[in-house]
Amino acid sequence: MTAAMRTMSVDQPSAHLRVVSEQSAQSKASGINLSGVSKTYGTGDGQVQSLRPLDFHINDGEFFVVVGPSGCGKSTLLKLISGLLAPTSGEIHVDGKKVTEPHGDVGIVFQNALLLPWRNILNNVLMPIDMKNLSREKYIPRAKELLKMVGLEGFEKKLPWQLSGGMQQRASICRALVHDPKIMMMDEPFGALDAMTREKMNVELSRIQRTTGKTILLITHSIPEAVFLADKVLVMTERPGGIAAIYDVPLGRERTLDAMSNPIFTDLVARIRKHFMTNSALD
Amino acid sequence: MSEKKAPGSVSKLLNASWLRPFLLLVMIVVGWDLAIRIFGIPAYQIPAPGDVVKVLYTDWPELLAQSWPTTYATLLGFLASAVFGIPIAMLIAGSRTVESYVYPLLVFSQSIPKVAIAPLFVVWFGFGIVPKIIAAFLLGFFPVVVSAVQGFKSVDPDMVDLARAMKGSRLRVFCAVNLPHALPAIFSGLKVSVTLAVVGAVVGEFVGSNSGIGYVLQRSIGTFDLPTMFAALVILALLGVILFWLVDRIERFAIPWHVSQRADVFIGS
Ligand SMILES: Nc1ncnc2c1ncn2[C@@H]1O[C@H](COP(=O)(O)OP(=O)(O)OP(=O)(O)O)[C@@H](O)[C@H]1O
Ligand SMILES: [Mg+2]
Repeated sequence: MTAAMRTMSVDQPSAHLRVVSEQSAQSKASGINLSGVSKTYGTGDGQVQSLRPLDFHINDGEFFVVVGPSGCGKSTLLKLISGLLAPTSGEIHVDGKKVTEPHGDVGIVFQNALLLPWRNILNNVLMPIDMKNLSREKYIPRAKELLKMVGLEGFEKKLPWQLSGGMQQRASICRALVHDPKIMMMDEPFGALDAMTREKMNVELSRIQRTTGKTILLITHSIPEAVFLADKVLVMTERPGGIAAIYDVPLGRERTLDAMSNPIFTDLVARIRKHFMTNSALD
Repeated sequence: MSEKKAPGSVSKLLNASWLRPFLLLVMIVVGWDLAIRIFGIPAYQIPAPGDVVKVLYTDWPELLAQSWPTTYATLLGFLASAVFGIPIAMLIAGSRTVESYVYPLLVFSQSIPKVAIAPLFVVWFGFGIVPKIIAAFLLGFFPVVVSAVQGFKSVDPDMVDLARAMKGSRLRVFCAVNLPHALPAIFSGLKVSVTLAVVGAVVGEFVGSNSGIGYVLQRSIGTFDLPTMFAALVILALLGVILFWLVDRIERFAIPWHVSQRADVFIGS
């Protein structure tokens, strides 16, 4: 079904704009693999289908970005992959292991900052360390360094309500990074930030990904942001969410803000935008 | 009451907010006294405030001695309602099954008038402190459970998910997220509970006791000694206020981060 949909959305892919072909001989032993994963919420008054069966693969060390209209099931997808929700059908494998419960080596940034109001910013950032029962002393310097990186130096002792929404969200990014997880999952992490800070954070995130080789799954509403950051962009359809297309972003790994004026960038942005402008799928 | 907010006199303002309830109290007492004089209310119906103060002054050692048993019973009953109420609320909030079995029964048990069954405790446990503690416990228990259940249930599921995704054990997640989140609700339950526990202890003393403020109250009603009765009421009110204030202090210490404790909002006490 998804394969059919993919071919539907292909129109003579030019050199740099190609829809990723079905990688049949994919190894499930590494990366994140979804096969036939769907989700239907069983609410009191009937059932809500949130995700149509999805098949895709995220390679190790890949920057994978998901864009899609509001309510199409992006947050649901993230919860499924992180093991917090069980899929209605299908299987998810992370590094060859089937996901049945949260797997430890992951940092998550939710749509809301979700800082604990009774912990100061530093202790909030150290929360994964406490949960995993690791030594705090070892991680405090790293936590402070991360806070400095996102421009929150000097706010360590403040309580969350004393920070703006965007500052809280930046602190929650530090929290996801503090235990140096192999996989990062971020659900619209920059939604509450102004355009300038957002671009700065984008560059920073891009740098982190390059230098540490983390696998990053990022959800966003901003198409330019998606293309700027991604190795691959997954475009989702309206609810119930399915795969409209998956695009490679052949911009190279070293990216500065100049990349945004590259014709490859602008073409891809325009092309992804088309998915949302027209009601019918591209054909 | 009509003090001006002179700049820089923060301490004065603080004093004023401390003073306000007392000012109101003084006004009520004056009104009480005036009403008795103007309408000529006889002393066997309502005593004059002066007479009550006189009793409070002359019988102070006796009244003080009698307030200790009431205080003990109140505190023990209150502690019992916290010690049993909070874990039960945890169970109710944590499991649908437990909730469906226990909660309706708990609500049902609340419609039984405690005053009516208090003599039963005397039959079972004699005239000691135990029936009083049980009565205080029974009155204080319910508000703790209701508030704590609400507190445990209102935790943001995303917050719990986040902690679960960090691979925290169940207990660790509970202590780091659910419990602190429920604390403000638990404390508001405890504040209601502590004032009701005073009532419970007095009910216990009413039905079968030869000590405590409740006993003084009952004895003075029997002999139409209205000034003593009113003095006992004043002491009970004081006891309630002091215990409430104590819980409020502990709350401020335990949850300084909560909205109700932020900045210089003046609450309670
Ligand atoms: N716990 C739930 N119970 C029932 N239905 C839910 C639940 N969570 C989400 N849904 C439904 O699933 C659909 C997808 O929700 P989801 O939060 O994944 O969307 P989203 O793509 O993240 O949207 P947005 O971009 O606005 O954040 C929505 O239609 C929503 O109504
Ligand atoms: Mg979402």
